Order: sequence, then structure tokens, then C-alpha cells
Amino acid sequence: MTLTAPETPAGPRQARPKPAAPPRRPGPARRTWQKVSPYAYVAPFFTLFAAFGLFPLIYTAFVSLYRVELQTPGDMEWRGLGNYTALFGDEYFWTSLRNTFTIGVLSTVPQLVMALGLAHLLNYRMRGRTFLRTAVLLPYATSVAAATLVFAQLFGRDFGLINYALGLVGVDPVDWQNGTVASQIAVSTVVVWRWTGYNALIYLAGMQSIPNELYEAAAMDGASRWRQFFHVTLPGLRPTILFTVIVSTIGATQLFGEPLLLEGSISGGISHQYQTLGLYMYEQGWGFFHLGRAAAIAWVMFLLIVVLVGVNALIARRRSRKEAGR
Amino acid sequence: MPIARAAKRAVVRLGAVTLAGALLAACGGSSDDSSSDSAGGKVTITVDLFGSFGYKEAGLYAEYEKLHPGVTIKQTDTEDEADYWKSLQTRLAGGAGLADVQGIEVGRIASVAQQQADRFEDLKKYGADSLKDQFAPAKWAAATGRGGEVLGLGTDVGPEAMCYRTDLFEQAGLPTDREELAKKWATWDGYLDLGKQYKAKAPAKSAWLDSVGSLYSIMIGQEKERYYDASGKLIWEQNPALRSAWDHAVQAADAGLSAKLDQWSPQWNQAFSAGSFATIPCPAWMLGYIKGQAGEAGKGKWDVAELPGGAGNWGGSYLAVPKAAKHKKEAYELIKWLTAPEQQTTLFQKQGNFPSATGAIEKVADAKDPFFSNAPIGKIFGEAAKEAPVQVLGVHDQNIAQQITNALSEVERKGTAPEKAWSNAKKGVENTIG
Repeated sequence: MTLTAPETPAGPRQARPKPAAPPRRPGPARRTWQKVSPYAYVAPFFTLFAAFGLFPLIYTAFVSLYRVELQTPGDMEWRGLGNYTALFGDEYFWTSLRNTFTIGVLSTVPQLVMALGLAHLLNYRMRGRTFLRTAVLLPYATSVAAATLVFAQLFGRDFGLINYALGLVGVDPVDWQNGTVASQIAVSTVVVWRWTGYNALIYLAGMQSIPNELYEAAAMDGASRWRQFFHVTLPGLRPTILFTVIVSTIGATQLFGEPLLLEGSISGGISHQYQTLGLYMYEQGWGFFHLGRAAAIAWVMFLLIVVLVGVNALIARRRSRKEAGR
Repeated sequence: MPIARAAKRAVVRLGAVTLAGALLAACGGSSDDSSSDSAGGKVTITVDLFGSFGYKEAGLYAEYEKLHPGVTIKQTDTEDEADYWKSLQTRLAGGAGLADVQGIEVGRIASVAQQQADRFEDLKKYGADSLKDQFAPAKWAAATGRGGEVLGLGTDVGPEAMCYRTDLFEQAGLPTDREELAKKWATWDGYLDLGKQYKAKAPAKSAWLDSVGSLYSIMIGQEKERYYDASGKLIWEQNPALRSAWDHAVQAADAGLSAKLDQWSPQWNQAFSAGSFATIPCPAWMLGYIKGQAGEAGKGKWDVAELPGGAGNWGGSYLAVPKAAKHKKEAYELIKWLTAPEQQTTLFQKQGNFPSATGAIEKVADAKDPFFSNAPIGKIFGEAAKEAPVQVLGVHDQNIAQQITNALSEVERKGTAPEKAWSNAKKGVENTIG
């Protein structure tokens, strides 16, 4: 993932270094090199992309048309679109699609809202600001496995700390593994914990590119801090917010490690209650060894993400056109 | 800004160089491992297992290393067999990352013998034929491939009994004598009745058994035909014996007798010392696991009695050498030694894994275990092993069993209607096999 801060249109133009004056008569070898060299420079990326991006993508599409089992990968049996129709006829596919969506909402919304608030606080002048800014990134630096395993302990039904705390205030123990909503909240909590700080830092960067004059003007007009946040900060952050929404959406669609490690169940709980699409694919491919079906799921997920990103881009383009027309 | 850009360019270039270097290294690097660790007559044999084989705990590796100077044994272990099998299959398909010795559960041995004979060494090459008479005939036959290949050597078998906590029984006013209990729970209905009595007077936060899934598993272990018939046809849906095991498990769930724990989960592990359940159906290999989880504090609080409803077998394993192993000959020597009657005897005395070698079964007949209140485990498990039916094995045994116990967990923990859970199990099995 690359972290590109949105460019401010009003930013200072950079002076590009002037290229050295070309020699009068370059030799033929040199001329060819000049023509070829750009390709040579970009070649490593495209070679790697072809080997680890494009080829798997196409090969997965090819495999998804066959019945292939991990134990006997040599016997491929043509199924046409059979894997896809079987997929759409499988109740658990729809369950996992729904779970992916609900867990996505349960984790993305609180995460972004909290990140926004956190960024706002971190934007104030205060003691130890740099330390705090670094500290919020720590959860992001923790591995998914370590974080989830700790949370799984906290969310334990019989001996978990959270149920113990709930017991102190008189709430009955919650079955964080088997309850549908409860388990999805547990999974979302891990996601929120890991990603809030990361998003807060992105928002913070966005906030700092909002010119101070706007705040001064608003203050002069008598706007409270709260109104400044709503009428200056939020509009100024729009491109940043869009970026984080897209990235979080993609992340939520691919969610895998957290639900897998909550109980170590590849079915996402005994009733598939928190099985996401990623986990469903894993179950079919590496739990049941149906590689063809898993490939079909991978492609469906891929198309789903393309559609989601497309919708996002459409909205973004409409918005920027509207702004340009202003 | 230009400085930042130059720095960025440098980083990108560096990244490209590193990547290219890594690729080159990856291409050339896979061959030099074996030469380095077998240098100077020193060999490291890797052993990859699941659950509780108990070799390390019983000191067998240390003994082998002493007998064979220069040999070092490295063991890795996955607790849950389902996880272990997943990663083993992935590595077999890729032909890399395999240990020299791999454990195979009896529920998977049919898959190895029928589908994957080409991925494991035929141990006949190393003279395994001469070992045939050491083992119970059924144990040997199950690991024989279609072309007569010997694909693994039997380790233990899993004769079944019932383990229980005498201290908890006492607190609930139940008898603690194993003979008396065996009479009271001669049938499974008797076992459930006793459970209801226990529940009425049980100490707080203590259930009768750990999970209804384990009740199902131990009951299905008493049957000859479970998921397949002898011709290899799937019969589990119509199998009345399976349905009876299912119904008993549902009854136990309805009566609230279970602690609702997932076997092999961390919570289940914690429950051994917390006293969350008073009985746990235990195949012989479970004894070592109980000892490990309950620890020294549990000594003398546990006991073993005969199983309700007759003898049965749950589990038992094999050791196999994959084709992709680095030290096949040395690996064979090791598993030959580990599965020899003498070592199987030691293992049972120390850990409780019941021998599959006929010579060892006689030797352990008098064994008693102080941890389990000096229960005559040699006699209890020996008789169970003698009377247990020889089971019909199938390729998907373990997968089907998993779907069924999973559905039973739904009944137990979510109050799902049994008929709905049964249809979920059916869907799960179709998904698995399909």
C-alpha cells in the first residue's frame, strides 16, 4: 500500500532540474540505448507483476473452470462454469458475503470516526505530541496473529477478561465466539484496534495541509471550535476521507486473518457466523482441498472489489467535477 | 523536494536490486540444506506430529540420540489434527517443507493409502516387510497401498475408556469406585442419568462432560461401520448406529450436561485444571494429554473406568516418511525403533498411548498409573483393545466426523434445533466431499 498524501492544487510548482544539454551527435548505440533504456528501467516491475500478479490471476481463472483437488492435482476435470453455479447455490457463500458486509460496516465506520476524532486531538499543541503521534501507530505495527490471539483470550467465554469485567457490573457472560452479533463485534474490535491509529495519522496529515488562514477567518466570524471542525476541517479532508474509505473497503472485503485466528476455525465459527469471503475461500481451498472452487471464489471476490472501487471512483469523479464547476 | 525525490529514487532502485537478489537466491538456495547438516556424519531428523504422541515426554528421543551418536531429533507439533492435516496436504502438494517423519491419524490413513501412495516412501524398500508380524493385522493392513506398498508404521491404537474426577464426584455425592461406576453406567442411558444426578448437586461451574462432540466421537468409536460400508459406499446418513450416537449427544445437550468446550481449544485446555467438567471420554492417548494439562496438581484426582456401552476405538496413528524427506533411510530407522514393541511399552507406561504392537500389549497388561489413582490402565485398555471392533475406514472419515461434531456443537451452544443441525451437517459433508 502506498501512502500518497493528496496533492494540494495550490501547492508551489516545483522547479524541475533542467536536463543536461545533449551531445551534438550521439552514436547509434547510444541512441538505441536512449530509446530502450526507459523500458529497461520499468522492466523489473513488469516482470515481477507478470510473474506474481498477472499470471496467478489468469491461471486462477483457468483453474476455476475445472474440478481440481489438492490431493490429486494431476486429475483436472472440466466443469465449465459449474464451480460458479455451485457457488451461487451454496448457502454458506451468501452467509459469508453478508458477514463480510456486516463486519465491514462494524469495523470500518467506528474505525474512521474514531480516527477522525483522534486526529483532531493530535492536531492540538500539547506536550509529548510527537510521542503520542508515534504511539497511535503501534497497533498497526503489531502482527495480526499476535493481536488476534491476545484479543481471543480477552474475549474468552469462561475465563476472558472482558466477560469478567462485564460480570462486575452485573452483565451475564457473553458468548463472544458463538453468538452471531457478539462474534462479529469481537472480530471487528481487533480490526478497529489495529487500524484506527493508522487512519488517524493519515487524517492528521490531511488536516495539516488545510491552510491556517481558513481557521483564523472562521474564528474571526465567531465560529466555535466545534463549528470550525465541521465547516473547515471536514470539507478540507474530503479527498483524504475518500482515500481511507476506499482502502478500508478493500481491506474489509479481504478480511481474513482476524476471523481465522479468533478461534482457529476455518468455518468462521460453528454456524459460519463470522466467516468472511476470504475465510470461505480458504475453507474450500485449504480445508476441503477443492482448489477449483476456491479459484472461483477468488475471482468472484476480485470482481466484487473491482466493482466497489469503480463505484468509489465514480463518486469521486462526480464530486471533483462538481468542485471544478464551482 | 528534489532531495526527497532523489532519496525516493534511490530507495526504489535499492528495492529493485534487493528483489532481484532475493529471486536469484531463491532459485539457487534450495539445495544446500541437506549437505550442511549431514556433514561429518551428523544428521538432524525432523519429526512433525499432532496432538500428543508423547515421544519427547517419555524421553524416547533422548534415548535414541544416545544410541545413535551424531543423530539429533527435532520435533514440531500441532495441537489440532485438522490444522496439522491441512498444512501437511499443502506441503505435500508443493513437495517442500516436509519433515523426515510425518504423523498420520488413523482417520486419514485411508486417504494416504488410496490417494497419496505416490507421495510417501514405500517402506518395503528398507525392509519393513519383516516387521509385519509385530503388529495387529488390521493396523498393518490399513496402511498398505493398493499396490502393496507399506506407507506407514503403526504407533498406537485408541481403545476407549471413561476418565473422571473423583474429587468432583465426591462433592456431588456420587460413588467414586471405578467398578461400581462401570456397573452404574453399563449403558449410555445410565451414563446420562448419572450425569443428571451430578448436575443436581454439582459444584459451581462444573459440568458432567467437556462437550457433546466428544460424547459422539467416543460412541461412534464403538461401531464397526461408521461413515462407509465395507464396499466403500457412503452410508453415514442411513447408519442407525451413527444416529443413535447423535441422539445421545443431543440428549446430553438438552439436559445441559456439557461444559460446551471445543476440544483442542485453549479454553478446553484451561478447563482441565479449572475442573469445568467431571468426566471426559478418553481413548488411551488422552491420558498423556490430561496429565499435561492438569499438571502435578491433578495427580490422584483423576481415575479411569470402563466405558459405557462396550469397547471401542478412537484414533491411533502411524508414522510415515514422505518422498520429499531429506533423510529417508535415517527416518525409517527412527520410526522402526519408535514403533518397536519395547518402545511402545515404555510409551504406554509413561504416557498412556496404547501399543499397536502385539508383543507390547502383553507386556503392559499389569500397568497401573498413579496419576489416575492407580487405575489398572493396562487391564482396562487391554481388554478394550481386544474387544473393539475392527473399523471400516474411508477416505473422508475425519472430515465427515468434523462436520457432525460441529453441528452437534450448534445444538449444544446455540440451541439449534437438532433437525436443523442435522441438515447443516449434511450440507457441510456435501461441501467437504463435493
